[in-house]
Amino acid sequence: MNQNQTESKSDALISGVSPMRYRRLWRFSIIITLSVSLIPLMILAIVNYHQDQKAFHAENRYTVSQILTNTKRNLESVIKERRSALTLIVSEQSFDELCSEARLTSTLRNLKKSFGGFVDLGLINSQGNQLNYVGPYNLEGKNYKDQEWFHEVCLRGVYVSDVFMGYRNFPHFVIAVKNEKEGVADFVLRATLDMQLLNQEIHSLNLDRYSDAFLINRNNVLQTPSLHYGNVLDTADIEVPPQVRNREVIEESTESGERITFGYAHINEAPVIVIATKRLQNPFRYWLSHRSSLLWFLVISVILIVIFVFYRATWMVNRLRTSDMKRAKALHNIEYTSKMATIGRMAASVAHEINNPLAIINEKAGLLKDIAGFAPDFPIKDKTLNLADSILNSVDRCKKVTHRLLGFGRRMETRKELIDLEHLMKEVVGFLGKEAEHRNIEVQYNIPKDVPTVENDRGQLQQIFLNLVNNAFAAVPDWGKIEISIEEYNDNTIAVTVKDNGSGISKDNLKHIFEPFYSTKGEFGTGLGLSITHDLVSKLGGKIAVDSKLGEGTSFSITLPFEKTDILG
Amino acid sequence: MAIRVLLVDDEEDFTEVLSERMMTRGLEVDTVDNGTDGIEMIKKKWYDAIVLDLAMPGMDGIETLREMLKENPDLQVILLTGRATIQKSVEAVKEGAVEFLEKPVDIETLISMITEAQKKKASLFEKRMEESVAGVMKKKGW
Repeated sequence: MNQNQTESKSDALISGVSPMRYRRLWRFSIIITLSVSLIPLMILAIVNYHQDQKAFHAENRYTVSQILTNTKRNLESVIKERRSALTLIVSEQSFDELCSEARLTSTLRNLKKSFGGFVDLGLINSQGNQLNYVGPYNLEGKNYKDQEWFHEVCLRGVYVSDVFMGYRNFPHFVIAVKNEKEGVADFVLRATLDMQLLNQEIHSLNLDRYSDAFLINRNNVLQTPSLHYGNVLDTADIEVPPQVRNREVIEESTESGERITFGYAHINEAPVIVIATKRLQNPFRYWLSHRSSLLWFLVISVILIVIFVFYRATWMVNRLRTSDMKRAKALHNIEYTSKMATIGRMAASVAHEINNPLAIINEKAGLLKDIAGFAPDFPIKDKTLNLADSILNSVDRCKKVTHRLLGFGRRMETRKELIDLEHLMKEVVGFLGKEAEHRNIEVQYNIPKDVPTVENDRGQLQQIFLNLVNNAFAAVPDWGKIEISIEEYNDNTIAVTVKDNGSGISKDNLKHIFEPFYSTKGEFGTGLGLSITHDLVSKLGGKIAVDSKLGEGTSFSITLPFEKTDILG
Repeated sequence: MAIRVLLVDDEEDFTEVLSERMMTRGLEVDTVDNGTDGIEMIKKKWYDAIVLDLAMPGMDGIETLREMLKENPDLQVILLTGRATIQKSVEAVKEGAVEFLEKPVDIETLISMITEAQKKKASLFEKRMEESVAGVMKKKGW
């Protein structure tokens, strides 16, 4: 009665395999198909990702390297130009000429006009005294004798400073050149240049928001403002790179875990180092944004593949299950049919064998009755006649039984004939007459007199009726009631209904009762009765319907087609 | 004149009792227990009806029926059998049996069938007689 039991039983009947087999098969086919189709796709995507990453890093290094090269070249040429200009002035003009304020002023004006960036000019003699000065500050007469740069310029003939504040109180740097003409007293021409000159060079690079370029001196002091490391003259938290000939690009992680590409190059003309950095965007995000078409293709492919694989596996397993079921049903059907045929043949042969001795009993009892009947009265004449009659009655009953058995045997022959449904139904119920008696089951017929005959297959109709009546007998309790009605449903359909007052069938079970191997009789049912009945009814051109209420009973209705014929005609 | 019947059945117990019961009802009955003897009997004697069993050792009912009708097409043969199937009964009627009854049979039913058969045979006989008389008269130029 337990539904789970019956379901597992029905599945177990299919080729003797467990229902888990189909689930396993389903899972297995999904896993295999998905792996075969998705793994190469994923590998391709991963390979592409890694190649992209490589290209991405290479591009970053290239960008940084380009910034360094350009900046270094530009800055070097800017400083060299100005230094050369100063050297030219010193060599072309005499000390006395430069001592003239008007002359120096015009020289500064010319420098500003031709090169830009110059702030002031000062003429310093070999004692370090500023003899002449033109510019916005009042620095005339200042002595530079003890300053390091002065020593350096005296020693090397030229000096370029890093950026500093100095007396002028704004970030600037200095280029100083010494007069090295023979026979003339040494003097130094010193020019102050605005830091903006350097800054402009960096600005002209038009860097994106991930990139940064700036200058530092050898003490880590920023010479131009930086995006990430501070403003001019702040001390940057950067390890000062060792002296390298040209330039170097490395990749490193910041403290916050950010990857940056970091490059530096020493400027030959000045004691400063140019530094360029490029912060890496999140590489994955970069990949996502750069390969969106590939990514969409990947996502859509995966979705389509998954849908297809699931659909296909479900379809395949369902088909397999259905065909397994069909095969098992066909096998059972064959077995059932051949069993029924054997039973039919045996029943017929038993009936025949019984008929002959029955005929002898019949005749002997008849003779006994004749003799007693024709004889004159004797003491036990009535008793003898009664006994003979009762023997004849019993013979009659036996004959009915053998008749039924012969009818049962004939069932297997298929052919159409005119059938009186009432007669056929009563014959079928007759098989269960004894059971009805023992269990006190009331069988009530609801059959009008004018029910038309049906042209159909007697044997198969008999089997259908037997199945339905058998089910009803199984469903009702002792003292139960079975109602059988036959009625004209409409002009060309006749309805046969077998209704019991048993326990009824639950809605869940009702959905499955015509499925093969679905049994509610537990160990005792094959689950084939109603399925075969359903098939037979369809084969005979009819329909079967069921209606049931839990606790109230079940009714099965068969509608069969018939052709109205005028009996007299 | 009493109706004359031949019973052909291998169950002697059956034929013995049935013939006795028929005789008490005024019929004249001969019994044989096989088809060959039955054919011999109809050659020798006039019978109004033959009651023939279907299943017999040696020559079976249908074969006996065929042979008998060959001998005398007017014979009224009633088949009586314990192995009644629709197929067999159709076959028997096709072969020329007048009735097909299932054992055990009610004696009164059987006798009424025999009576019917006797009437039919008598009318057939009369018809043949008339035909032959007419033939003779035609020959003689009446």
